[in-house]
Amino acid sequence: MSLDLEMEEIHKIFFEESFEGLDVMESSLLNLDVNADRETIATIFRAAHSIKGGAATFGFMEVSNFTHGVETLLDEMRNGTRPVTPEAIQLLLQSVDGLREMVKAVQAKQAIDAKRIALLADEIAQLLARHPGQLAEAATAAVVVAAAPGPVSSASGPADAAPEFLAGGPGWVIEFQPHRDMLKTNNEPLRMFAELERLGALRSTAIVAEVPSLGSLQPDACYLRWRLELAGAVERHAIEEVFDWVDANSTISYQLFGGGVADAVAAGVPPGAEPAADSELAPLAVIAAVADTPLVAAPVAASVAAAPAHKGAVDAGSIRVSTTKVDHLINLVGELVITQSMLSRFADGCSPDELEKLREGLTQLTRNTRELQESVMQIRMLPISFAFNRFPRLVHDLSRKLGKKVELKLSGEGTELDKTVLEKIADPLVHLVRNALDHGLETPEVRLAASKPETGTIELAAFHEGGNIIIEVKDDGGGLNRSKILQRARERGLVAADAELSDEQIHHLIFAAGFSTADMVSDVSGRGVGMDVVRRNIQDLGGVVQISSVEGRGSTIRIRLPLTLAILDGQLVRVGADTYVISLVAIVETIQAQKDRLNAVPGGAELFRLRDEYIPVVRLYDMFGVEPDSRAVEDGLLVVVEAEGRRFGVLVDDLLAQQQVVIKTLETNYRQVTGVAGATILGDGTVALIVDVPGLVQVFNASFTGRDTLAA
Amino acid sequence: MAGVILAVDDSASMRQMVNFTLKGAGYEVVQAIDGVEALEYARLHSVDLVLTDVNMPRMDGITLVKELRALPSYKYTPMLVLTTESSQDKKMQGKQAGATGWIVKPFNPDQLLATIARVL
Repeated sequence: MSLDLEMEEIHKIFFEESFEGLDVMESSLLNLDVNADRETIATIFRAAHSIKGGAATFGFMEVSNFTHGVETLLDEMRNGTRPVTPEAIQLLLQSVDGLREMVKAVQAKQAIDAKRIALLADEIAQLLARHPGQLAEAATAAVVVAAAPGPVSSASGPADAAPEFLAGGPGWVIEFQPHRDMLKTNNEPLRMFAELERLGALRSTAIVAEVPSLGSLQPDACYLRWRLELAGAVERHAIEEVFDWVDANSTISYQLFGGGVADAVAAGVPPGAEPAADSELAPLAVIAAVADTPLVAAPVAASVAAAPAHKGAVDAGSIRVSTTKVDHLINLVGELVITQSMLSRFADGCSPDELEKLREGLTQLTRNTRELQESVMQIRMLPISFAFNRFPRLVHDLSRKLGKKVELKLSGEGTELDKTVLEKIADPLVHLVRNALDHGLETPEVRLAASKPETGTIELAAFHEGGNIIIEVKDDGGGLNRSKILQRARERGLVAADAELSDEQIHHLIFAAGFSTADMVSDVSGRGVGMDVVRRNIQDLGGVVQISSVEGRGSTIRIRLPLTLAILDGQLVRVGADTYVISLVAIVETIQAQKDRLNAVPGGAELFRLRDEYIPVVRLYDMFGVEPDSRAVEDGLLVVVEAEGRRFGVLVDDLLAQQQVVIKTLETNYRQVTGVAGATILGDGTVALIVDVPGLVQVFNASFTGRDTLAA
Repeated sequence: MAGVILAVDDSASMRQMVNFTLKGAGYEVVQAIDGVEALEYARLHSVDLVLTDVNMPRMDGITLVKELRALPSYKYTPMLVLTTESSQDKKMQGKQAGATGWIVKPFNPDQLLATIARVL
């Protein structure tokens, strides 16, 4: 792989990692609201720290520079020198937003919003300046530096005379007395000297005075010290770097010859000696080594122990695989399932002896295929916490804005569902939660007046139920106002003035496009955009929405979704010679269609009396233009399906098996067809169309336009 | 001179970067996501150099160095601490734990290779 491509890949990982880190920061910051424990702060710090480090390494300096301030703030909180205030949390949350935008911009190779970032950075700087914690440290550092070019140490001895080796030219004499244990950390003097040699001509003299007798000699202790003469106009900085790893424990002195004071200044050396780090061991020191000046270290925040695992068990041992690869795999497994069921059918026509063995093999194949399919499907599954995680922040921000008190309860975050479903359900959920907060929950005063607890509750729950996932958004607010909705719907002509509607039908009116009962349009909600989108998104996923609401007590919106878009729990039905698939999720019941309960209404529509309810009937053979066994209603079966809060009867000739079918889109091979959600290949190799139930409703409505469908 | 380098970092992008740079220079690279994993690997295999991040979940780099130094087979193995912490304090902790040296992030590939060449 070329260098550029490889770097691009690495950058991609960095971006993903940064977004994950920012999510961790966000959710942990929201936790700080509740209790400010050190572990949480350490987790946030570590995320910021990683982003900063990565950004700097990959050359995204704006990101790195900005994160630096954030990190400093967090570091002070972590060290306990700065209290965790709501103000700081708010600023950090905004910074997380800013960073996210910035990383997105960098990823898309677009210009960052420099103004916004500068403003945020400014605020952080102001907050930092307002607290003495870090300042005290910086001041100390400044003092140390100021003191550094201190008094000339009372050095004396042979070092004052320029050594012969330097031959009158510029050069250094370095006295190096390593720590006894230096070798134990694998710091090898020979390597350091080799490096010095690259800087200039070197003469080293080992001083063996301290080497003990063989009996008391420890093989891995360093008893030697060295006098090193390095010729050339070498900058002191370069020499110090060679000893960087050992200078804190060793005694090193540097003496410059031949260059004069002017040269020394040019080389960044103070015109005088610094106090030796350990003066009693450095009698020859003229200019003694002081480890890195504190100023260099000050801008980079210090860190204490490593933070606890923030990713926890969820991320343990995970790998990143592109979704295209997984999708391909899933497709192949789907094909395998089809092949396997084809083979099963083929077995029916074999001779008895062969048959036994073939059956055995097929049973095994069936089991293996199913297991394979299940585990491949599992790859695409993600916990719904990926969608739920954004809500604490959303609710936190929104409740402030609206002046409401809310407690958000999440449950079933670990419930897994298909990545595609997860991605598409996230936005509708945001709408629902916003609505619950804005329309559902009352202000504290109103709540108290209604003798409800001042703090409202919004519950987000996810759980599995019979091969589906259920997501519930529940609030204990005012509930849907039945009469207000009805009135608004009548004003807008959505409902005939005299129509009698069930509660459920009224509740479903809120999903109509452009429908809003909010008295004031705010930037939170009230424009009536949203709920219709919510419903459409959920339907696109093959899901259904139900609303239940009690006035004054609250509402519950219940979303039922298939676990995956790749397979469907289907009911096979037969119309004439053709087989169709209806999603089991949509089916309420199946009944014998009695002729006397069917009434034709003007315009060609038919209504079937199902107990005390009249439901429209769709004759599938009409819909798809095929020849049925019989056109008489009583010969067929009526499959009662539900979509958009309404029930429908779908007339078919017969019910066949229920089975999981692999969904193939029609669009890729043909084109989109109204009323058809896709196709699948059955065991006998024939193609069966999957009936799009919500689509059917629309087709039905469209064919009876001009009529008020709800009052029909 | 080539050798086996154990690169420890909880950030995948950093690991990739180090891996890519070192492999390009002919080293063999083994990656670990934290101190615990690194220690486990190092106990069972032999490596010529350990390059570790400091801030990591489960076990940080300083502890890793300390643990490794306590093992007879890692008494003299070069260990470098790779970190954005350029504070003296962190460096000293690393030294006391037995680290050979450190590389301050951000670094570029050349710097990384030059530093490794110093000890391997």
